[in-house]
Amino acid sequence: MGAVTHVLAVNPIPARSQMGSSLGFHIILACFGIAFAAVTMTAEWIGIKRGDAAALLLARRWSKVMAVLVAVGAVSGTVLSYEMGLLWPGLMGRFGAAVDLPFSVEGIFFFLEAIFVGVYLYGWQRLSPWAHWWSGMPIVVSGLLGALSVVAANSWMNSPAGYTLRHGKITSIDPVSVFFNASTPYETAHMVLAAYMVTGFLVAGVYAVGLLRGRRDRYHRLGFAVPFTIAGMAAPLQVMMGDIIARFIAHNQPVKFAAMEYVSATTRDAPEWLGGIFINGHVYLGAAIPAFDSILVGFSPHTRVIGWDSVPPAQRPPLVTLIHLSFDLMVGLGFFLFALAAWQAWWWWFRRRLLMTAWFLVPAALSGVAAVAAMEAGWIVTEVGRQPWIVYRVLLVSNAVTPATGVTVTLGAILALYAILTVVSIGVPMIMSRRWRQGTPAEEAAEKVPYGPPQATPGPAARPLAPPAGRPEAR
Amino acid sequence: MSPSPEAIAVAAILFGIIAAYALFGGADLGGGIWDLLAGSAERGAAPRDLIDEAITPVWEANHVWLVFILVVLGTAFPPAFAAIMTALFVPLSLSLLGIVLRGVGFAFRHTAQRLRMRQLTGALFAASSLITPFFLGTAVGAVATGQVPVHPSGNVLAAWTSPTAVLTGFLFVAACAYVSAVFLIPEARQRGHQDLMRYFVLRATAAGILTGVLAGGTLAELSVSAPRLFSRLMSSALPLVAISVAAGIAVLVMLWLRWYYSVGLRVAAAVAVTAVVWGWGLAQYPYLFPTSLSLAAGSAPAGSLVAELVVAGLAVLLVAPGFALLYVLQQRRMLTAAESDADLRLAAQPGPAVSGQPALGRPGAPAAAPVAVRMTTALVLAILAIRAIRDVFSPPGGR
Ligand code: HDD
Ligand code: HEM
Ligand code: HEM
Repeated sequence: MGAVTHVLAVNPIPARSQMGSSLGFHIILACFGIAFAAVTMTAEWIGIKRGDAAALLLARRWSKVMAVLVAVGAVSGTVLSYEMGLLWPGLMGRFGAAVDLPFSVEGIFFFLEAIFVGVYLYGWQRLSPWAHWWSGMPIVVSGLLGALSVVAANSWMNSPAGYTLRHGKITSIDPVSVFFNASTPYETAHMVLAAYMVTGFLVAGVYAVGLLRGRRDRYHRLGFAVPFTIAGMAAPLQVMMGDIIARFIAHNQPVKFAAMEYVSATTRDAPEWLGGIFINGHVYLGAAIPAFDSILVGFSPHTRVIGWDSVPPAQRPPLVTLIHLSFDLMVGLGFFLFALAAWQAWWWWFRRRLLMTAWFLVPAALSGVAAVAAMEAGWIVTEVGRQPWIVYRVLLVSNAVTPATGVTVTLGAILALYAILTVVSIGVPMIMSRRWRQGTPAEEAAEKVPYGPPQATPGPAARPLAPPAGRPEAR
Repeated sequence: MSPSPEAIAVAAILFGIIAAYALFGGADLGGGIWDLLAGSAERGAAPRDLIDEAITPVWEANHVWLVFILVVLGTAFPPAFAAIMTALFVPLSLSLLGIVLRGVGFAFRHTAQRLRMRQLTGALFAASSLITPFFLGTAVGAVATGQVPVHPSGNVLAAWTSPTAVLTGFLFVAACAYVSAVFLIPEARQRGHQDLMRYFVLRATAAGILTGVLAGGTLAELSVSAPRLFSRLMSSALPLVAISVAAGIAVLVMLWLRWYYSVGLRVAAAVAVTAVVWGWGLAQYPYLFPTSLSLAAGSAPAGSLVAELVVAGLAVLLVAPGFALLYVLQQRRMLTAAESDADLRLAAQPGPAVSGQPALGRPGAPAAAPVAVRMTTALVLAILAIRAIRDVFSPPGGR
């Protein structure tokens, strides 16, 4: 038994699988941490400004879902903080002074987020409407800055900067260059947009299902329109940003780019492959657009695109097919979501109406899943494309992985736990929503959330809970 | 080579953060322990409600301290972080398991309606509150006694299964229970529950005495297993140790005199915990791992240390006013989640009986199996788990 586990542990595959699945799980909740407050506050703004009871009810319900997702986000994030050390002591021991630095900055934003989530979630009844609205603003800001901080750590692994190395040891650190490395602005902008798309399309999708089932009241229409508009505005920006990033990657991490685009040898007139499987130097089942890759990289068919033959085989990423297809999936879904948003925008511009045809609502109901798939695919491009390096061209994954035995066991445990956490984060909001539908709107305000302050002593039971229409000043 | 002033400052901050987690996180974990020991569904309903109310709003913020410990240790003292995470892979993974299960139990027990589900999630929450402090305690014991090698080649079972480390684990559990009970007394008092106040006074006294005994035992054990640490605790760190002991005794005296004033009790308990954590830090000085890794050799370049100091400054500047706002709003009762309607509605549904007191009685107090059954099951499971872990994780060739 001992010998077997030893072999398994020294092999980084279990550790990589564990890191990848933990991150892939956490990132979905992180999207809600970044963007859900903004979506909720938009609904609340409409509610206060126009005295719209449906919008206020939506905002109140969303804030309760937010409570669940924030809790699961915090737990799964803690897993990651542990894992950076448990799985990659070779990285942390050598480069912790750099790569962990952005994470400590993020600590500030975790605190701010936790504090103001508390105020926002439980201030509904006694704070004045605008005071309550403003108490959500720090959540939005700390979501953005928090995303910047974590993504900076990942960017540093892609574009290491701001340190000097002597005899394999870091001897000095420039914190500002560590934090704002070459990849930081690109990755952060792309990630924040992705977070808004994932959150917006997922929430809109829930109400699209309601609309499809014939619940076409104002409540459901707003519940669809608000998040869909926000995500729809992010969609074209995301495609633009993706195009900029791809060009940046072609220059900054050319081998990753070669894997994304099946450029096996450095060449001009590089074709753009759509789909296709790469086996033994051939691309099967794919369509090639001649010279288009060169055009995308340098706006001219004669642009030279660097192939993966520029580095020895041991330094090339494995699984080029996975990287390429993930990239294609992300780009394809990006255009799909863009088109969906444009369709509705067109309709709104000329008819001032929401599309109610099933031809639109069925894809709209699936748009959230599509956004999640695009985001996961994007991260696979980034992370698998960086292989075999954990810090690009500086440290190999195999030199960073823990020598401790037992990662296979923790991998199994993590997978089981995440199955449970998934049930929590989908199941609890579903249970809540079912109870909401059973009860009258007044009862909704009394629904339980997993985390809350001491309950009010049930004073006058009839105290109007956030009276609809315009919420006259609460005091 | 003596450590730079930045390294000393960051180390001091790190121990401050550890103390904060021990205090706030410890009180939360201790709440879970009292939940576990609260007895049958009817008998335990009232204390469980109080614990639930007290922990719920602060759980997440208190948890961030642990994240801060990890990131500050990783940024400022990378070799120590890497070595700890490698050598203590097993206890740290188990403490993490406790944290995740606790979150799951917490999230679900408030939404679950069926009795079975409530029992399961309640048990999950309570049991994981034992796992986390125990294994974190063994890890601290391993570091303090210098059992963590600077360049471990794998798990080091012996480091955290030594008598000192295991004793430290029990000490942590007892300390969590103690801090928690002390904090729950004023909570009960504010809500006007005389009986619950007496309930937790009794438990705080018992846990305080147990903690004192375990601390004495650990100290005696240290004099054999880590003579350097022991002698430093008895010399340069003695003032802090003395303060801690005095504050601990002060708490017991206050309980005995029935001085249940919230501020005095809490401050004394806080001083007891903070002083002993800093005392531990001082006793280790100038070593991260006595005596194999010094602070000077184990700290990051100045740039990272300065960045940590800036982060700490920013945290004080931004986070402290935030907490102040939260506190003020809470004191003015601006933050509420009225539940009366829900209570009425949920009571009509099948599920656990709503306890008799409408003011307190959450329909959700998780019903529990008799305490003896719970404890026996926990013990048997723990023994089986430890054996399984030993088998699975023992490095090739055995140790
Ligand atoms: C909703 C999600 C979403 C959508 C629609 C797109 N992306 Fe994306 N993409 C991501 C979500 C994402 C991401 C998950 O957020 C990544 C992973 C790392 C990162 O910074 O962003 C990413 C990474 C990523 C990378 C690799 C960056 C790196 O390795 O540092 C490239 C080249 C692109 N994207 C390009 C595109 C293009 C050309 C798109 C156009 C249509 C596109 N993305 C749409
Ligand atoms: C911004 C924060 C992130 C950091 C600091 C980070 C860090 C890491 C580290 C240290 C590894 C292990 C070393 C390696 O295999 O290169 C890794 C691998 C991986 N990460 Fe990330 N990551 C981040 C975000 C993400 C996200 C959001 C995903 C979502 C899917 C992801 C997916 C993966 C995958 C799939 C691997 C395994 C790659 C392979 O082994 O081929 N990462 N990441
Ligand atoms: C691109 C990747 C990531 C993004 C955008 C991201 C963003 C976030 C956000 C917005 C939250 C708050 C969650 C919520 O309130 O719902 C969060 C929580 C957390 N994240 Fe991530 N994260 C990422 C990856 C990571 C990684 C790699 C780590 C650690 C190594 C990490 C550690 C944590 C921790 C510890 C928490 C919980 C903090 C708390 O207790 O409140 N995250 N993350």
